[in-house]
Amino acid sequence: MKDFVLLFRQPDTDNSHVTDAEIQGWLKKWDDWFGGVAAQGRLVNMGMRLADEGNVLKAGGLITDGPFVEIRERLNGFIVVRADSLEEATTLAHGCPILEIQGTVEIGPHVTMNFRTNPILNESRFSF
Amino acid sequence: MDPKKETLKQLFQQEFSKMVAVISRLFGLEHIELAEDIVSETFLLALKTWEIKGMPTNPTAWLYSVAKNKTVDHFRRTKVFDKKIVKELTLQYKNEAEIEEFEFSRENIRDSQLQMLFAICTPAIASEAQIGLALQILCGFSIEEIAEAFLSNKETVTKRLFRAKSKLRTENVKMEMPPEEEIDARLDNVLHILYLLFSEGYYSKTENQILRKDLCLDAVRLGILLTEYERTNRPKTNALLALMCFHASRFSARETNPDSFTLYEQQSKELWDKELIGMGSYFLEMSAQGDQVSSYHLEARIAGWHCMKEDSQEKWENILYLYNQLLLVNYSPSVALNRTFALYKANGRQEAFVAAEKLNLSNNHFYFLLLGELYQQFDNDRAISNFKKAIALARTQTEKEVIQARIDSLG
Repeated sequence: MKDFVLLFRQPDTDNSHVTDAEIQGWLKKWDDWFGGVAAQGRLVNMGMRLADEGNVLKAGGLITDGPFVEIRERLNGFIVVRADSLEEATTLAHGCPILEIQGTVEIGPHVTMNFRTNPILNESRFSF
Repeated sequence: MDPKKETLKQLFQQEFSKMVAVISRLFGLEHIELAEDIVSETFLLALKTWEIKGMPTNPTAWLYSVAKNKTVDHFRRTKVFDKKIVKELTLQYKNEAEIEEFEFSRENIRDSQLQMLFAICTPAIASEAQIGLALQILCGFSIEEIAEAFLSNKETVTKRLFRAKSKLRTENVKMEMPPEEEIDARLDNVLHILYLLFSEGYYSKTENQILRKDLCLDAVRLGILLTEYERTNRPKTNALLALMCFHASRFSARETNPDSFTLYEQQSKELWDKELIGMGSYFLEMSAQGDQVSSYHLEARIAGWHCMKEDSQEKWENILYLYNQLLLVNYSPSVALNRTFALYKANGRQEAFVAAEKLNLSNNHFYFLLLGELYQQFDNDRAISNFKKAIALARTQTEKEVIQARIDSLG
């Protein structure tokens, strides 16, 4: 069993006209879907969700705020699941509510990054 | 049974654990067996004396005063023995100064039992041994009763308790409240043991219903003890109590038949204990403080919804939501199965079928029970074939019979 990250992307649309009832229905879909993955004993980490508003930083210090018309798709959030293979992890992504709004789920194995110790930092530790 | 003996048994159940806790606190936990001996001798003397002279007007006061005298006597005797005879082999008691003038006061009993609860629920002992110790020392269960509750035999239970008590000594477990900064983590362990104690009573395989109900109510009693002390009266403590009260409220409705148990759907609502439901609601309200949501909170709210007999879309959507949350905190096959049943009630059969197929629990008889339930009225042949698979996997005769009854009702 390995850990896989499921990354949800969605078209960046203006949601200001959405009613409370629609929001509730949308949240219930996510709850039920998360519950379904968890019921299979495959949910490792609930990850994080991103709000609609935010900034995008580009090279040269250029900052744009949402809605990000020019990037068209934005990050919605991610979770971590456990599966035997990439295929199995992909199967878990089926039924994800993001697909209903023409979003996508990106699936990839989780890798652990080993931060190399920086020799310069170590040397300069005593000079502060 | 002779009514006098019956009263004595009740007194034993109520008072044994209190007296052992108070005396153990005086002598130190390493002398717990001595405390148990003193209290047992007290009851033995009560049995003999009351048979001749009749029961005193205040039997509890009688027991307290005899136990106190025996405690002080024992202390004086060993002190003389130690001083005059074996100076090297000195028995050190914890609170020498207090031993001469302790009282079985309400406060002393409460504080001692609370300390005993924390001592027994030390992370140094395995949880199964903790339950045994809690049953004996805090709930006043006899070895026979513990053996019956665990479907074990006297010898095994005696050995297990002996080992657990030696462990208390070797690990040098003290009867005292943990320091402020540790109390929250230690409380988690205490609550877990109470939860196991309650579950042991609620789901125990023994057919002795009185024993099982006593067990459940003792877990509730110990939980209430925790709410009487500011530092342990936490939202999660109240949540656990709410959970236990809601479940216990259905005890009589569930146990209408001595050979079997009545399923939720067939229970008569009139038999639900309204007082316990009221207590559950009160503790649930008290648990709704702070920003920590424990699994006890979620389970308590689920149990609370189940105390409303009428089916409604709102009820099942709430239950489904809570099971979804519970799975995110804590996966277990039974939560996954219950969640799928709630999914069926809230979102319909089709979604539940899809979800059930993915559960991967085909070695669990509850899985086939769930499938049978989903097929019922929709495809009775497949419902029956699933119920049959459930019977093949069920572990107890009672369960097999309950499932067979469902097949017969479809036939």
